[in-house]
Amino acid sequence: MAADRSETGAGAVVRAAGTGLPLRGHDIDTDRIMPARFLRAVSFEGLEGHLFEDDRGADPAHPFNDPRYARATILVVNANFGCGSSREHAPQGLVRRGFTALIGESFSEIFAGNSAMLGMPCFVASASDVNRLQALIEASPETPIEARVDAGTAVAGALAIPIALPPAVRDAFLSGQWNPTAMLLDRYDEVRAVAARLPYIAGY
Amino acid sequence: MPETLFQKVWNAHTVRTLPSGQTQLFVGLHLIHEVTSPQAFDMLRQHGWSVRFPERTFATVDHIVPTTRRTRPFFDLMAEEMTGALERNCRQYGISLYSAEDANQGIVHVIGPELGITQPGMTIACGDSHTSTHGALGAIAFGIGTSQVRDVLASQCLALDPLKVRRIDVDGRLAPGVYAKDVILTIIRKLGVHGGVGYAYEYGGSAIDAMSVEERMTVCNMSIEGGARAGYVNPDDTTFAFLRGRRFAPPDDAFDRAVRWWRQIATDPAASYHDRVALRADDIGPTVTWGINPSQSVGIHEPIDAPADDEAFAFMGFAPGARVEGTPIDVAFIGSCTNGRISDLEEAARLVRGRRVSPRVKALVVPGSQAVSREAERRGLHQTFIDAGFEWRGAGCSMCLGMNTDRLEGRQICASSSNRNFKGRQGSPTGRTLLMSPAMVAAAAIAGEVVDVRPMLAGVPARSGADPAGAGKVSHGR
Repeated sequence: MAADRSETGAGAVVRAAGTGLPLRGHDIDTDRIMPARFLRAVSFEGLEGHLFEDDRGADPAHPFNDPRYARATILVVNANFGCGSSREHAPQGLVRRGFTALIGESFSEIFAGNSAMLGMPCFVASASDVNRLQALIEASPETPIEARVDAGTAVAGALAIPIALPPAVRDAFLSGQWNPTAMLLDRYDEVRAVAARLPYIAGY
Repeated sequence: MPETLFQKVWNAHTVRTLPSGQTQLFVGLHLIHEVTSPQAFDMLRQHGWSVRFPERTFATVDHIVPTTRRTRPFFDLMAEEMTGALERNCRQYGISLYSAEDANQGIVHVIGPELGITQPGMTIACGDSHTSTHGALGAIAFGIGTSQVRDVLASQCLALDPLKVRRIDVDGRLAPGVYAKDVILTIIRKLGVHGGVGYAYEYGGSAIDAMSVEERMTVCNMSIEGGARAGYVNPDDTTFAFLRGRRFAPPDDAFDRAVRWWRQIATDPAASYHDRVALRADDIGPTVTWGINPSQSVGIHEPIDAPADDEAFAFMGFAPGARVEGTPIDVAFIGSCTNGRISDLEEAARLVRGRRVSPRVKALVVPGSQAVSREAERRGLHQTFIDAGFEWRGAGCSMCLGMNTDRLEGRQICASSSNRNFKGRQGSPTGRTLLMSPAMVAAAAIAGEVVDVRPMLAGVPARSGADPAGAGKVSHGR
């Protein structure tokens, strides 16, 4: 189980490498990734054991039940992954299970933002490229995949596809500043100045 | 250069451009609750950070709080542990908390506007995706994750990329029996569940202008269900009338000065948008969802016309071309941050009065806040619901997400005034949710099946005491 990168200190995230887990389907919401009853806790510990718990229960062939993908570190998904609830418990569960990156057709903004805060990039690729990558992993689960933040490419066996991050998120990963708290606390007098200018703080 | 409200509020709260290229945005109001904050406070302590603006941070308990027996310690031990953690954290850092016993407790998105904490021109963040609700008062409000809750506690700031703005005009008049909920379900049906990714939605047009602030909250609340992280309505006289006199609203002369600023931050008439969409209010009818995301909806008399979505059809048990009308229901839930305010309960009670809940239906009303509950009791609405066979509960999120003990069982079908029909959302992995307006939920509870509310409204007396400007102005504990 990989530790949350934010707990081990920020560092540059230049690449993610490992095998893949193809999870097909559009609009997979965070209630499905992490059902609400597992939010009944004051810590994130152990969430990896509850990923897709209801979907896995309903479908023995669910990819998260498939032993061929048990050691996967790159999750490959379709459109609008992570929509719905803002619960960070969903990406926390994925990080704790060992995932280091996602590649998908599109992501909900809140989910992608939460993942970035944990050092786990959500790369966007075209629908056809995502489908080819998913098919390749399904055919050969042991294929090593390398997703590069700097080059903007993912290579899996003979397949090479372009992958993208929003420019500011890409730069934040490459510079090691993807966990922004220290930056937000830097030059704090500027924050106080902005607050002091707001009519609802300064007084109407 | 003419600007939108989004641009003006964004600019007024921008601290600087971070080395990463993101904007450092000051958060004018931070709302926290028991589920997404405990880990954030732990991270704060690990790093030795303090809470920079405790006076701009407000807390309440809503997600896991029981709606039945509220004596402490709660019978639900995890609810007690999570509530206790929030109480300790707020005490340690000097944050105002409306805990379970407090007269101001309620769903975080209900109490913010109700107390006048939410005001036009603010940036608002909360570890809950339905924070978009607060946009109904002309704020830019969005949901964040727990690591961002940590950042806002530690710095009162977020690192964000700006959103584009899509103007959504709804012109015309809503027919009787058609509500704000039908408007937003229709918008999401039209634009899709990810049509709003990258956008803030600005709602306007004569139908939105005519809405009360509470109705606008219903619309803004579900912006996130269309993928839009924020949604807002420009502040106007309806907004100002709603806010005047509320506990945290500016007093007396200061209120009039505040109104001048609030008018200035509204979108300029000549502002341009990244995209525009228009709908006719007259074309909208009572709308219900049939599937497993909020865009999968139809008009009450329409056949399900969706493209093949085998997963949704299999889970819900509908066939393509079928109608939702006539579907027997097991549970009726009136409540949530979408539709748990006093005007929602008033309208539902109007339908319920003198009728009985079908014996095969478990029906519950969960007020959005204790203030809503008190006001409903003052108006006698609770008795109307109880007499009809509804359970009258304490305030909280309840069966919207099934985090407390209010949950569907097995494959039960629930007519729900909430916001999400995701698989498993209401606490049972196989439970099924049909989203609709609270009046439609009340009608379904009585009929025992999904029906068109409009025939049931015929002959029902008009709402008494309806006050469009001040709707939902409810009394607060001090």
